[in-house]
Amino acid sequence: MVISNKPLRFILAALVACLPLMSFSNTEKDSAHVQTEEAHGAVSEGHHAEPTDVKSKIKAFIGHHVLDSHDFTLTQDDETGKYYGFPLPVIIWDNGLQIFSSSKFNHGHSVAESNGNYYVINHHDGKIYKTDAEGTITEDEATGHPTNVRPLDFSITKTVVSIFAAALLMFWLFSSLAKSYAKNGGIASGIGRIFEPLVVYIRDEVAIPNIGEKHYKKYMSYLLTIFFFVLFLNIFGLTPLGINATGNLTITFSLAILTFLITNLTANKNYWGHIFWMPGVPKPMRIILAPIELLGVFIKPFSLMIRLYANIFAGHIVLMSIIGLMFIFKSWIGSSLSFGLSFVLSILEILVAFLQAYIFTMLSALYFGSAVEEHHHEEGAHH
Amino acid sequence: MEKLIYQFEFGLFFWQVLIFVGLILLLKKFAWKPILDAVNEREQGIKDALLSAENARQEMENLQADNQRILNEARAERDAMLKEAREMKEKMIADSKNEAQAQGQKMIEQAKAAIESEKNAAMAELKSQVSTLSLSIAEKLLKEELSNKESQTKLVEKMLGDVKLN
Repeated sequence: MVISNKPLRFILAALVACLPLMSFSNTEKDSAHVQTEEAHGAVSEGHHAEPTDVKSKIKAFIGHHVLDSHDFTLTQDDETGKYYGFPLPVIIWDNGLQIFSSSKFNHGHSVAESNGNYYVINHHDGKIYKTDAEGTITEDEATGHPTNVRPLDFSITKTVVSIFAAALLMFWLFSSLAKSYAKNGGIASGIGRIFEPLVVYIRDEVAIPNIGEKHYKKYMSYLLTIFFFVLFLNIFGLTPLGINATGNLTITFSLAILTFLITNLTANKNYWGHIFWMPGVPKPMRIILAPIELLGVFIKPFSLMIRLYANIFAGHIVLMSIIGLMFIFKSWIGSSLSFGLSFVLSILEILVAFLQAYIFTMLSALYFGSAVEEHHHEEGAHH
Repeated sequence: MEKLIYQFEFGLFFWQVLIFVGLILLLKKFAWKPILDAVNEREQGIKDALLSAENARQEMENLQADNQRILNEARAERDAMLKEAREMKEKMIADSKNEAQAQGQKMIEQAKAAIESEKNAAMAELKSQVSTLSLSIAEKLLKEELSNKESQTKLVEKMLGDVKLN
C-alpha cells in the first residue's frame, strides 16, 4: 500500500486540507452564537454574562476544562445550546443527605432545588453554593470568590467518574494478567502482558534500588498502584474526553498525603534519629538541623503534590491554548502551524504522562527507602 | 497558596482516597501478589534452569575429561605392555643365545675332553702295542740270534723294515 508507507504525513496532509473548511463553518457559528447567548441571558439571571468573542470563549472553555465539573460533557453545540454528554449524581450533605441529578442545574444555567434547599453552580469555580430561590450570589470584593455557604459536596463529579473508570480498568487489566499466569503456565498472556515489563521495571529499577532488597516487598503494592493510576489518568487526560484528574490539586494532594503517611508510619528509629538528632554532626548543629529536617518531612510530599499537579495542569492549558489558536487564526498558514505545534506538544505530553508517573513513583520509593534505611552512617563513622 | 487551598475539594478528596485505597487493597490481593509471585517464580525457574544447564555442561566436561584420562591410561598401559613384551622377547633371545653358546661350549669342551681321553687311550694302546711288538721283536731277535749271525742280522733288518712300514 502506498499510504501505509507514510501514514503520518498523509494524516497531516489530510487534516491540514480540512482546516479551511472548518474555519468556514466556524464563522457561521460565531455569528449565530451571539444570538443564543442573548437567549440564554434571560435564563441565567444573576450569572456573569457569558463571553461572546472567540478569544474569551476559548479562555473560558480552558478555564472550565481544567476544573472539576458536575456533569460529563463531551462536547457542546453553541449554536443550539445543546450539550452532548450525561449528567452525574449530586450528593450534598446539608441538614441531611440531598441527592439529585446534576441535570437540575441545567449546566449552571438554573437553580437546583432539593427538599426546600436551593443550590447553584458558580460559573467561575464550578462549585456548588447554597442560595435562595432566585439564585443570588454575593461575591467577596477582594478575591472575587462567592461568600455564599458551601455545603459538604460528595457529588460523583467528572473526576470521580474518571478515577473510578481508571480504577476499574486497572483492576480488570491486572487481575486478568494475574489470572493468565496460572492459565498459561507462568507466562503472561492477553492484553495485560503489555504492562508486565512495566511491573518488572518498577520492581527492579524503582523499588529495589531505592528501598533495598530487604524491605521493598511491603511497598510494592502501593508503588505499582500509584504508578499505573497516575499513568492511566495522565493518558486519560490526553484523550478528547476532557478529563483532567491528575491536574487536579485534590487528587495529587490525596496521593501525596498517602505517600507521606506511609513514609512516616513505617519509618524506623533510624529515620526519626536523622530528623531530630542527626548523627555525625556537632551538638549545636543538631539543634539547628532538627527543625530544618522536620520541615523537610512536610516539604517532600508537598513537592510531590505540586510537581504532578503543575505539570499536568500546565500541559493541559498550553495544549488547549494552542488548539484554540487554530480557531483564532482561521487561516491556512496560522491554523496549520498551530495544528503542527499542538501535534508535537501532544507527543511531548505523552512523554510527560509517563515521566510524571515515573517521578512520582520514584520519589515515593526514595522516601520509603529513607524511612526504612538501616544504620549506614554510624557504621561509616566507626571506620 | 491561598488559591491552591481554595481549589481543594473535600468531597473529591473523600472519593479519591476511598477509591484509591480500595484499589490498592483489591489489586494487592487479586493482581500484584499473584503477578509478582508468578514473575519471581518464573525468574527463579529460569535461574534454576540455567544453573542446571551449567551443571550438566560441567558434568559433561568432567565426563569427557574422565574419558580422556581413561583413554590415556589405557594407551600408556598398552605401550608399557608392548615394551615389556619386547624386552622379554629380547631377553629370552639373549638368554637362549647365551645358553646355547654355553651348551655348545660345554659340548665342545666335552668333545675335546673325549678326544683327549681317546687320544690318551690310543696312545696308551699304541704304547702297549709298541712295547708288546718290541718285546716280540726282541724275542724273535733273540730267537734268530740264537740261530746265526746272518739270519739274525736279516731278521733285525726285516723287523726294522716292518717297523718302518708300521
